[in-house]
Amino acid sequence: MDKIVVEGLSVYYSDGTESLKNVSLSIPANAVTVLFGPAGGGKSTLLRVLNRLNDLADVVLMAGRVLLDGQNILDPKFDVITLRRRVGMVFARPVVLPMSIRENLTYGLELAGEHKKQVHDEAVETSLTQAALWDEVKDRLGDPAVALSGGQQQRLCLARSLALKPEVILLDEPTSGLDPISTAKVEASLEELKKQYTIILVPHSIQQAARTADFAAFFLQGELVEYAAGKEIFLTPKDKRTEDYVEGRFG
Amino acid sequence: MNLQRIQRFSRWWASTQARDLVQRLGFGLVTLVALLTVIPIVGVVGYIVVQGASAISWDFLFSFPYDGMRQGGIWPAIVGTFYLTLGTAIFAVPLGIGAAIYLSEYAPDNRWTRLIRLAIINLAGIPSVVYGLFGLGLFVLFFNFGTSILAGSLTLSIMTLPVIISTAEEALRAVPQSFRVVSISLGGTKWQTIRRIVLPQALPGILTGVILGLERAAGETAPILFTVAAFFLPRLPNSPLDATMALPYHLFVISTQVPGMPIQIQYGTALVLMVFVLSMNLVATTIRSRARARRQW
Repeated sequence: MDKIVVEGLSVYYSDGTESLKNVSLSIPANAVTVLFGPAGGGKSTLLRVLNRLNDLADVVLMAGRVLLDGQNILDPKFDVITLRRRVGMVFARPVVLPMSIRENLTYGLELAGEHKKQVHDEAVETSLTQAALWDEVKDRLGDPAVALSGGQQQRLCLARSLALKPEVILLDEPTSGLDPISTAKVEASLEELKKQYTIILVPHSIQQAARTADFAAFFLQGELVEYAAGKEIFLTPKDKRTEDYVEGRFG
Repeated sequence: MNLQRIQRFSRWWASTQARDLVQRLGFGLVTLVALLTVIPIVGVVGYIVVQGASAISWDFLFSFPYDGMRQGGIWPAIVGTFYLTLGTAIFAVPLGIGAAIYLSEYAPDNRWTRLIRLAIINLAGIPSVVYGLFGLGLFVLFFNFGTSILAGSLTLSIMTLPVIISTAEEALRAVPQSFRVVSISLGGTKWQTIRRIVLPQALPGILTGVILGLERAAGETAPILFTVAAFFLPRLPNSPLDATMALPYHLFVISTQVPGMPIQIQYGTALVLMVFVLSMNLVATTIRSRARARRQW
C-alpha cells in the first residue's frame, strides 16, 4: 500500500542551487525507502517537502502534488502542525534541546497539549526502547540531554520523533556523525521500526543505502533517475547513470 | 666604524635576547594601559566612599531633609528613584522585549525593518537632555500628566528602550537556529517555539540588558529635570501623578543650588546613588556569569 504519492513535484529555491524537477514516485508503507545520490541531487529537499519544513526555507516555486494517505499536503489548507506530528524528522546532526532527556521526549507531546504523566511515562519508555536507548539511560532520565554521547544523542533524536507516534519517519543522513557501532544500532532499530512505520532515509553512504533499502530512488541534480526495489537497483540498475554511481565511477 | 656599529646592532636585534626584551617591553606596556583604565573607577569610588561614608546613618537614609536640606536625610529622594526605576521597568521591559522578539523572530529583512533598526540605533545616541525636553512636551504638556512619576517614567522608558531592545535582540539571536527547526519539526507553532525554547534560553541575556538599561535610567538627571523631579517636597508621593524628589536631581540641587551645604551630605548622597547603581550592575553580572556556567550550547 502506498503511504505517500509524489506527483510531478518541482521545487526551486530563489538562489537556484538545489531543486527538484518533475519528480513522481510512490512510497510504500512499512518499508525503508532510500533516497540516494550525490550531493545537491534534491534528496534533502524532498524530505523537507514531506513534512513541509521547506516552509521555513526560501522556496520560490513549488508545483505538483504530494499525497499522504490520499490527501495533498501541499494544499495551503492542509494543517501543517498535524502533518509534522504525523511525519517525524531526524536530522543529520543530532540537536538535543537544552533540557533533560525525559523533557526532550515529552516536548512534542506538551506542544500537542498532552500533559498527562501516564501518557508521558509510556511514551518515554516505548520510544527509547524502539530507538535502542532505554537500557543506557533509564536510570538517568532527568540528566541534561547534552551529557549523552553523540551516538546516544542521535538515538534520542530518533526516540523524540517516535514519542509523537508518527506514521512516517524521515531520516536525513542520521548516522553521518556516528561511529560504526552506533550506526549499526540505528540501522538495526530501523529494521524493527519499519514493521510499524513508513521510513524514508537519506543514507550517508552508498553502502548504507544498499544495506537498508527495501526500495531505493536515485537522484541526480534534481532528477529522479531510477526508482526500484533495493536489490534491483544495486544489483541490476537499468539506467547507465545509476550503474555508474552504484559502481563508484562518480560521486 | 659607523658601518660596524650598524652591523652589530642588526645582529643584536635579530637575537633571541632582543626579541625577548621587546616582547617584555610590549607586554609591560599593555599591562600599564590596562591598569590605567582601572585607576579612574577605583579613584572615583574610593574618593566618594572616603568623603561620604561618615554621612551615612539610619537617620540620613530614612528621614526627610530640613533646614533648606542642609540637615536631615534623603529618604524622599531614595523612594522617588525607586519609584522611577520601577515605573520605567513597567513600560520599557514589556515594550523592549516585545520589540526584540519581533525584530529577531518575525521581522523580514526589508527596508521597513532596516529603518526600525536605524531608528533604534539613533535613539541610543540622542543626548539625555533632549529626552527630557521631549518628555516635557509630550507627556507633561500634551498628555497633561503634569510633572509626575508617570511622565518621568515614560520619558526614562523611551531613553532606556534602545538598550533593552538591542541587548534582548542579541540574546535572542544567540539561541541556535537548530533549536527552532527541531521545535517546528516536532509540531510546534512559531509562538510555542519562542515561548518554550527561545525565550527561556535568552532570558539571562535579556535580564542583563534590562538591568543595565534601568541602571542608566536610575542615574540620569536630565530626563527627569523637567518631567518629574521636585526641588524639595515635604512628603512622599502617593500617586503616579505626583511629582517626586529623586537621587540624581537631589544631588545636583544640593551640589549647586544650596549655599552653605555640608560636604558630607553631598558625598553621602552620591555614595547612596552609586551603591544603588553599582549593586544593580552586580546583579546583572551575576546573572550573566551564572547563566554562562549553566548553558548547554
